[in-house]
Amino acid sequence: MNVQFRSGAEPASSVGVKTAIADCDIHPARATATELYPYLAKRWHEHLETYGKHPYQGMMEGPPYPKAQPNASRRDAWPPEGGPQGSSLSFMQQQHLDPNNVALGVLCPLNTGQGIRNQDLSAALATAINDWQIDKWTSQDSRLKGSVVVANEDGLAAAAEIRKRAGDANFVQVLLLSRNVEPLGQRRYWPIYEAAEEAGLPIGVHAFGFGGNPITASGWPSYYIEEMVGHSQCQQTALASIVLEGVFERHPKLKMVMIEAGFGWAPSLSWRLDKSWQRLRSEVPHVKRPPSETIREHIYWTTQPMEDPERRDHLFEVIDWVGWDKLLFATDYPHWDYDDPSRVLPAGVSAANREAFYLGNARKVYGLA
Amino acid sequence: MTSPIAGGVDCDLHPAVPHLTSLLPYLNDYWRDQVTTRGMTDLVSQSYPPHSPISSRPDWRPARGKPGSNLEDMKAQALDRFGVSYGICNPLYGVQMVFSEDMADAFCRALNDWLVKEWLDKDARLRGSIVIPVQSIEKSVAEIERCAADKRFVQVLMLVMGDMPLGKRAYWPIYAAAERLGLAVGIHAGSNYHNPPTSVGWGSYHIEDYVAQAQAFQTQLTSLIVEGVFAKYPKLKMVMLESGFTWLPSYLWRLHKFWRGVRMETPWVDRAPLEIVRSNIRFSLQPIDAPPDPATLNRLFDHMQSDELLLFSTDYPHWQFDGDAVLPEGMSSDLVRKIMIDNPHATYTRLKEPAHGHDPEKHALGPRPDGWNPVFGKDHAQTK
Repeated sequence: MNVQFRSGAEPASSVGVKTAIADCDIHPARATATELYPYLAKRWHEHLETYGKHPYQGMMEGPPYPKAQPNASRRDAWPPEGGPQGSSLSFMQQQHLDPNNVALGVLCPLNTGQGIRNQDLSAALATAINDWQIDKWTSQDSRLKGSVVVANEDGLAAAAEIRKRAGDANFVQVLLLSRNVEPLGQRRYWPIYEAAEEAGLPIGVHAFGFGGNPITASGWPSYYIEEMVGHSQCQQTALASIVLEGVFERHPKLKMVMIEAGFGWAPSLSWRLDKSWQRLRSEVPHVKRPPSETIREHIYWTTQPMEDPERRDHLFEVIDWVGWDKLLFATDYPHWDYDDPSRVLPAGVSAANREAFYLGNARKVYGLA
Repeated sequence: MTSPIAGGVDCDLHPAVPHLTSLLPYLNDYWRDQVTTRGMTDLVSQSYPPHSPISSRPDWRPARGKPGSNLEDMKAQALDRFGVSYGICNPLYGVQMVFSEDMADAFCRALNDWLVKEWLDKDARLRGSIVIPVQSIEKSVAEIERCAADKRFVQVLMLVMGDMPLGKRAYWPIYAAAERLGLAVGIHAGSNYHNPPTSVGWGSYHIEDYVAQAQAFQTQLTSLIVEGVFAKYPKLKMVMLESGFTWLPSYLWRLHKFWRGVRMETPWVDRAPLEIVRSNIRFSLQPIDAPPDPATLNRLFDHMQSDELLLFSTDYPHWQFDGDAVLPEGMSSDLVRKIMIDNPHATYTRLKEPAHGHDPEKHALGPRPDGWNPVFGKDHAQTK
């Protein structure tokens, strides 16, 4: 978030501002509702106008929990030429990519073809959004890289889309959301992991999505803040499922990036998984290693919204437990809870760790080192 | 190993109902007949399969019967072993899974009466939690009021996964009754399985359900705080039981940050979440989800920024630790005293009530003062 919380906190070093950074969570938007039409067969134009997207939640338009501000975006991020925040490449360059010296920006398109009940529509929208990423963004600015959006509930269609994009330098990961019809370790998603490993693409699991399940294990909460804070709990259970179903035993080369769900919970979840696994491993004989080792080896974490304890030694201890080599800086541009790269790390971080945090780790995990 | 000190309070013990038929003496004719005629099965929740390793420490597993079903075992293995002055009984019998509020009510009353007769009356150290039929708020309040007359009940017990998030206003009469009667509200691990046991759907394995308890506690804390329960009931203490606690610091960092960002949505939350947790929320000690090295654990205690949050527990007979290592290595003697004695007494104020000289006849649980019809409930009784 681009506000300072700690009274008396030391101003962060300005070194990070000048050096090149990776931003591993940028949200590109469509300027108009029909911007995807050139990438969709005509039947889908009519279908969308008649029936809508028919998602796994009740609202025809907009999110079930109203955001705190329009499009959950910064109030200063409306492009001058019109359209929603994040829909103009030139304004994104001017407001974010250039001044922050973003050398690598990973696009995570939301409100796409995921979380949709009609699987043919889901697949068509995923393909369209991928073509659109190339045309509007990655071919126009070489700093930007796309995410392969897939029909998340149809493993075979998703795998086909991944194989179609394999080897295409416009894309650096496959994008899933955390909340799906089932926990992400379930078999319906296995073809996605198989194809991603084959293509050498990490899986990015971004917070959000609707899969028809109440977003807590005790039903639907009341408030937007509960949804926002709750993303970390959804991500935890999704990750536990991935680990306990043995996804990484089957796909030892696969890497995953947990996007926008925090990382401070990773040590506690890992310890809990380890302790439970020691007791209950006869139930999951396919899980061969302590879950903490699997998580440490295969999982990367984007930083925004940055963990923000009162004391910076607490932050540094948690990062030591997670690993300085596992964090990928992200701003979440243009969303309201944007992290400012010049403020996100307190003083007292070594030059090597800063470089890894802001750029080096991202280049490695996305194969651009 | 850190040694327990004498005079502690074990805040999470699980006496087991041997079988549904054990409750027959505490049910009226109608429900006794329902249980037997319909061939009802034992209400065992898959949150704790009796033979699962987590459901009982191997050396606490009895030769026959459910773990935790024998008072003599509990004395030898927990109460005497750790020298406690009080042990708080939290029965985990699957009454919350029942869909009928009338049936749930009958079973909860029987369960609470069973706890008094079979446990509290037989060992003066034992204290009880009131299990409530959350399927009906009205019946829950009535059951709290009925049981609260017995000062040995120190807490109201709910599960962490139920039909609705626990902060929802519909539940508030329960919290009002607890605050008014000086009872803590204990939230224990476990689900009624009316919703998928994780926030992203049904997993495949028991281990997933168990790991997910910690995430359920996190979402419930958010709900309780942002709905304003503690603005409305500032004296209410809630205890997270078998929740784990190492997730708390980073969870609070996140909650605090978003509260700062969108607090206009819940303007009645007039204190920072961290302050609310410090004043109103407590956590049982076991399980400790941390590596066994004292250095890391002491860093985690430091991250919690308070030594008043934890309450000693064995989680008997669940398998959370081995041997006598109920307290983790490297705890200071000050912290041991806080966790074992000071914090529980500050939380469970009813422990100050006369512990001895209890007259079971005088305090026997009577009929409800409200003309309750034990078969059909109040509404039906009124229309008759």
